[in-house]
Amino acid sequence: MSFTTAQIWTIIIGLGLGSYLLRLSFLGIVGNRDLPEWVLRHLRYTAVAVMPGMITPLILFPQATGGSLDAVRLGAAVATIAISLWTRNATLTIFGGAAVLFALHFTLG
Amino acid sequence: MMALTREYWQGVRDGMPFVLVIIPFGAVFGVVATEAGLNLAQVMGFTVLVIAGAAQFVAVQMMVENAPVLIVLAASLAVNLRMAMYSASLAPHLGKISWWKRGMVSYFMVDQAYAASILKYENTPDMLPSQKLAYYMGVVTPICPLWYVSTWAGAVLGTAVPAGLPIDFAVPITFLALIVPMLRSAAHVVAALVSIIGVLVFSFLPFNLGLLIAALLAMMAGAEVERRMAIKRAA
Repeated sequence: MSFTTAQIWTIIIGLGLGSYLLRLSFLGIVGNRDLPEWVLRHLRYTAVAVMPGMITPLILFPQATGGSLDAVRLGAAVATIAISLWTRNATLTIFGGAAVLFALHFTLG
Repeated sequence: MMALTREYWQGVRDGMPFVLVIIPFGAVFGVVATEAGLNLAQVMGFTVLVIAGAAQFVAVQMMVENAPVLIVLAASLAVNLRMAMYSASLAPHLGKISWWKRGMVSYFMVDQAYAASILKYENTPDMLPSQKLAYYMGVVTPICPLWYVSTWAGAVLGTAVPAGLPIDFAVPITFLALIVPMLRSAAHVVAALVSIIGVLVFSFLPFNLGLLIAALLAMMAGAEVERRMAIKRAA
């Protein structure tokens, strides 16, 4: 990369400050005012609206394989969902998902 | 204070499994950023000031490609636009605490802290704002300090991480562990499906805008299903 030290720090501080303002945005502005019911109804779905979309490309087109579908990662994702539905426990799900991932990696990969 | 302590430790316990993800994720960032040509102070600057793995990876990736400074900033900030949605979603729960505490909550707003807390708040609606804050800070406790330490270790120890292991997939696994328990009504399932389909349909858009559009459509879909189910129940 061909950046000057000043440019690198501009990126770091700009991204840090911008990210902080995004995080503070509603918590800071809305504060203790009550939001209308229709707004709250939309906000209840924030997590399930953002997170599945974030990981879908990571599961289907992983960068590590150059973006092609990969049996190891797809298998681990399916197993993680199954373990989560079965155990209802985040710790067991993460350990179980990681175990399946590595098992598939060393058998198929 | 007893009640606060209990909520705090509950948060710490619920935050512990994420350690398994934070360590490899932070270490990989340390390695990648160092290999890209950043010095230790710059790597740690990213990790401490930005404290958002995905955006940090995008920024470093674009710096390797020598993109203009403004484009690097625009693309990596777009990845963090979801934080504004998290902020809005947390506001009804934490909006009543003092301003400096809201400032602190904002700094530590990472995916895992948000997701674990919002799930807890919705399952235990009688929590006080102070208890909600204590729980949130509890979840953050094992996550954020380890994020700094593991990035530092990755930057310093570098190539000791064996190549070829599928550690990139630690992130999807944690997210799945967070999302599946949230799918507790038809409205939540519809929102998740719209999010997945939306992100695939809009994947041609630059700067991660596809995810934003998909997320907004998914929130609208979830809210609409909830509204219709409420009408049906009332009828």
